[in-house]
Amino acid sequence: MNNNKVELDQQLSETVGKPLINGTPKITCRDVNVFYNQDSQAIFDVNVDLAKNQILAMIGPSGCGKSTLLRCLNRMNDTIDGCSITGKISLDGEDIYSNDIDPVLLRAKVGMVFQKPNPFPKSIYDNVAYGPRLHGIATNNSELDDVVEESLIKAGLWKETKDRLNKPGTGLSGGQQQRLCIARTIAVRPDVILMDEPTSALDPIATATIEELMHELKSSYTIAVVTHSMQQAARISDRCSYFHLGRLVEVNDTNIVFTNPEHELTENYITGRFG
Amino acid sequence: MSNLNFFIILLIIAAIVFFIGQKKAYSYSMFNGGAKLHSLPNYYGYLTTLWTFLPAFGVFVIWSFFESNVSSMLTISQFSELQQLSVDELSLALNEIKILAVTNSSSVSINNQAAAVYSEYLNHSFNLKILVSVLLALLGFFYTYLRIKPTMQARNSVEKLIVYVLFTCALIAIFTTVGIIFSVLFESIEFFSQVSITEFFFGTHWSPQIAIREDQVGGSGSFGAVPLFWGTIFISFIAMIIAAPLGLIAAIFLSEYATSQVRAIIKPILEILAGIPTVVYGFFAALTVGPLVRDFGYYLREIGINLDIEILANLTVSTESVLAVGLVMGMMIVPFILSLSDDVILSVPNAMRDGSIALGATKSETVWRVIVPAALPGIVGGFLLAISRAIGETMIVLMAAGVAANLTANPMNVVTTITTQIVTLLTGDQEFDSVKTLAAFALGLGLFVTTLILNIIALHVVKKYREQYE
Repeated sequence: MNNNKVELDQQLSETVGKPLINGTPKITCRDVNVFYNQDSQAIFDVNVDLAKNQILAMIGPSGCGKSTLLRCLNRMNDTIDGCSITGKISLDGEDIYSNDIDPVLLRAKVGMVFQKPNPFPKSIYDNVAYGPRLHGIATNNSELDDVVEESLIKAGLWKETKDRLNKPGTGLSGGQQQRLCIARTIAVRPDVILMDEPTSALDPIATATIEELMHELKSSYTIAVVTHSMQQAARISDRCSYFHLGRLVEVNDTNIVFTNPEHELTENYITGRFG
Repeated sequence: MSNLNFFIILLIIAAIVFFIGQKKAYSYSMFNGGAKLHSLPNYYGYLTTLWTFLPAFGVFVIWSFFESNVSSMLTISQFSELQQLSVDELSLALNEIKILAVTNSSSVSINNQAAAVYSEYLNHSFNLKILVSVLLALLGFFYTYLRIKPTMQARNSVEKLIVYVLFTCALIAIFTTVGIIFSVLFESIEFFSQVSITEFFFGTHWSPQIAIREDQVGGSGSFGAVPLFWGTIFISFIAMIIAAPLGLIAAIFLSEYATSQVRAIIKPILEILAGIPTVVYGFFAALTVGPLVRDFGYYLREIGINLDIEILANLTVSTESVLAVGLVMGMMIVPFILSLSDDVILSVPNAMRDGSIALGATKSETVWRVIVPAALPGIVGGFLLAISRAIGETMIVLMAAGVAANLTANPMNVVTTITTQIVTLLTGDQEFDSVKTLAAFALGLGLFVTTLILNIIALHVVKKYREQYE
């Protein structure tokens, strides 16, 4: 058992593929380590770049740290007691963990969509208007109407909801709720959207709609998506990263990861030998 | 042999027949070369026990409930003297007979003779009751025992019987409530036959003292309950003004901001606060808060006189005041609201908090714009339950707000509430059929209906809230 562990550590010592990109990345992670309650480490020495207007998929078995890393990118982990992080994560070259950065404003720039659709128990309109109201994005009601409409159009939900904007958001179907959450995120005008298994609670048709939507959103936003479905990662992402036991094993262009993985662990995972 | 002894014997018999039934089932089981039993042997034992015990016990209880009444009716039918008495006299005579039947006095009055007859009937009744119970027990036992065979579905039958037992227990609770309602309702009807409903619900003068003798003065007997309803509402209103924001804000602090260590200290302290008897709150209101409020009132009056503000200068100030009671009652309700609100706030899913924070909201924005609105129906439900409590509270008012029925909007003044009046009407030396006493029941009915409506609304609101997340 112990021998295996050492071997694994050696296997995982270096990320293979192309973790860093040429040109200016949107987000960079350098030597990121994440600890829960100091004694348990969730992420080990992760180095990776997120390119602008691309989708980075994060795959790996349960508990491999992909969601933890995702939540570090907009400092959502700050809300968890005993979670600490070392290393450097930068957004547009600026360290997001420096003292000058207000995590509240950072989260407006780096939005997040969760695994389970979580619309607020308010009307559809108020759900979308929630962020703009907080950040003063609209100065009057008609501007706010425009922001809501624009966000719902972008999220592909406008046609279905324009006649019932005052109905509760919780009354929509699961897929519609998730698109409402995406609209809500877009309304704050972020640069980056983080998605934590956005389709795992949805049926195949709703999933397809969301995937299509992500494809359209790519032109305006940088997207990182955690997913359990390798097919989904292959379908939607430009680059794909494979995590194993808190380490980033391999990052590369998606077609390379799925057709010609460099690392044995990646190959084992995507061919379904374990996971 | 007393009722208790018989009951114990019945229990012992029930325990014994368990083993008898079980043993018979065992004798059929595979170990003894028999067929496969439908149920475990224990179930045959349970079934035997239930069939032996339940019918016998049921008849025993019902019989005991009615035997005294039936015996007295039979006794009356034997004595023409008793039959001539009026209803009230008869009930008095019966009371005496029942006492004489136990004490065995040696006088030769009619009542004493009747007592002898009565106790004889009671004796017969008891013997007959035991006999019938034992017969039923035997019948139940043999009925089950003879039917025990491998194909008998004992487990299912036991399940059915248990449902009936549970149903009976639930019925008892419901019947008690219905009994309470009717006992109050009948007395109230009696009251309203003597005092008009309009006077009671719209009259503004409350003075329940009525003349017992012809020549007595000062007993006008006026039953306008508006001052009482007003006093109740006034005090509850002040209590809620204190308790609602304080309880809610404290709950928000505890559930959203406090670390687990702080929570671990504060929560038990608040539970202790909730456990303090209301009498102790009453002391506090009467001895500490009351005088403080009075001094504050004097101070206000002085300011009024100095600055020539008429309303303040003419302020009626008393040691027993609405404000003092309202303040203390508010403090009493705070833990109640706090723990209810705390529960609903904690039950708002964490996904709501994450969703809001991920949109760049601060903690307070999240709390006030998402968490509290989401929990609002539950919080309102908690408030309504708290109001019910405030309305029903008696002791603090009795001790610190006095008993004078005043229709006033001045919080420094004395008022009284429905519950306090019920207590003063019913304590002490009272005739049970006087209007004064009956008024207490009408007040009780009013109170009951009010809190019932509030509770129904509260439960409805809380239920609606639950549906939102399911």
